[in-house]
Amino acid sequence: MHPAPSVIIFTSLSGLGFGLLAWLGFGYPNVTGMTAFIFFFIAYALAVGGLISSTFHLGTPKNAIKAFSQWRTSWLSREGVMSIVSLLVIAVYAIGVIFFNQRWQIFGWLGSVFSLITIYTTSMIYGQMKTVPRWYMGLTPVLFLLYSLAGGALLAAQVLPAALLLVALTIVQYFSWHIGDGAFKQAGHTIETATGLGNLGKVRLLESPHSSPNYLMKEMVHVVGRKHAQKLRMIAIVLLGMVPALILLLAPANHMLVGVAVLSHLIGLFAARWLFFAEAEHVVGLYYDKR
Amino acid sequence: MTALPNSTDKKLGLVIDLDTCVGCHACVISCKEWNTSNYGAPLSDMDAYGAEPDGTFLNRVHTFEAKAPEKPAQIVHFPKSCLHCEDAPCVTVCPTGASYKRTEDGIVLVNEADCMGCGLCAWACPYGAREMDKAEGVMKKCTLCVDRIYNENIPEEDRVPSCVKTCPAGARHFGDFADPESNVSILSAARGGIALMEDQGTKPVNRYLPPRPKADVTGTSQIDIPNPFLEPTPQKAGGFLGWLDNALEKI
Repeated sequence: MHPAPSVIIFTSLSGLGFGLLAWLGFGYPNVTGMTAFIFFFIAYALAVGGLISSTFHLGTPKNAIKAFSQWRTSWLSREGVMSIVSLLVIAVYAIGVIFFNQRWQIFGWLGSVFSLITIYTTSMIYGQMKTVPRWYMGLTPVLFLLYSLAGGALLAAQVLPAALLLVALTIVQYFSWHIGDGAFKQAGHTIETATGLGNLGKVRLLESPHSSPNYLMKEMVHVVGRKHAQKLRMIAIVLLGMVPALILLLAPANHMLVGVAVLSHLIGLFAARWLFFAEAEHVVGLYYDKR
Repeated sequence: MTALPNSTDKKLGLVIDLDTCVGCHACVISCKEWNTSNYGAPLSDMDAYGAEPDGTFLNRVHTFEAKAPEKPAQIVHFPKSCLHCEDAPCVTVCPTGASYKRTEDGIVLVNEADCMGCGLCAWACPYGAREMDKAEGVMKKCTLCVDRIYNENIPEEDRVPSCVKTCPAGARHFGDFADPESNVSILSAARGGIALMEDQGTKPVNRYLPPRPKADVTGTSQIDIPNPFLEPTPQKAGGFLGWLDNALEKI
């Protein structure tokens, strides 16, 4: 799949933002006033910034408002609805702790749960795609939730939970790559099954239907850059979980180093999310004899 | 709502005969011509005269080669357009309600006034039946020529999809699969029509007729394919030519 920057930024940043909101809503860290304002500002900037970024890849952004209408069937619509609901509910809690030194806890808890549901709906936009076997598995929502909870804990300065979640995330990320590598084969799709011509023998594309790449090939049969996948995986796994977890466990009080941990996690997250798209293979590639 | 109807009164669709298709791409062109000037936004071209021309098409013809060991390769031209699935995943993923499946005839359509061009429906389609129009920013797909098949302003014999009407080989057939006595139902049953990628669970309506096995001319068979009932001609020429042949061999 084409790794569109707007979608990578959207899923990464809004995932972090809603992860941080989930921690803040549950009262971690227990802050009020100006400190609370800074935490909530960062969370809202990430969540809203990510959501705005997601509209940059739309062909007709003026119709984006209609995306809130189909929540009964569409995960993308559910994601839109849930993100707005979460942001509104947790805003009430944020106003309480920032301006009135009050904990209207019911709004905090509800907002946190809604934020987690939002992350789940984001993950299901990809997890529902039967056409992309690498995404179509139960680990996809687990992975997205772990990314948000671990990254959120890191930003919320929850040292021990963050370290443990980062380790868990690193392990789950490794296994989802490992399982994902075999997913296409496991699903059993081949050029023979796609064309129904397998009874005639081995099938190959003799002549492409068009002379240069079309929308489908650019969007779904993205093969550029996969050659560096193994290196990027190594970079991602070290930066997103190992480095930040080590810093948190060894030097939790050093603000400078914790800043490095956050930066390291961000770079690892972007690398892993780039791979999430670039390595995903769509079954339509079979009609082009390409993966 | 982008919920799918439980059932549709008709199941309009196409039978595509892979045995008959000659790969001329006439259906591709006639589809582009009809659909660029009728229903919805025109099908745009990008860089049409440049190095990498790209454009929106609702119908494409792939050409495959199938080869079994010790057998001659077989070429199969493979037209591909929307299969108007009963369980269309492109419809249910749509967040704006632009994609829908019609209850009366099962045609899957895009209401372009509602489409925000997110492309998720194209991701959900295993067949590559949907293409985003770059000029218009909305998703385009086969309408089964909904503006022809019910169009009382054109002669009755023309009320079929443009690709069906134009196919010089008669490889494309249009009809109602809900009616077991329809032309397409009978044709598909007689020729063992197949659905594409059934394991995706999309329940496509369109059917593909598999190519008939070709005669094997590479084997040890002595049958002369063009003249199977004639006596084999003598291998050696006689008379002067025979003498010349022998003499030249000996040099």
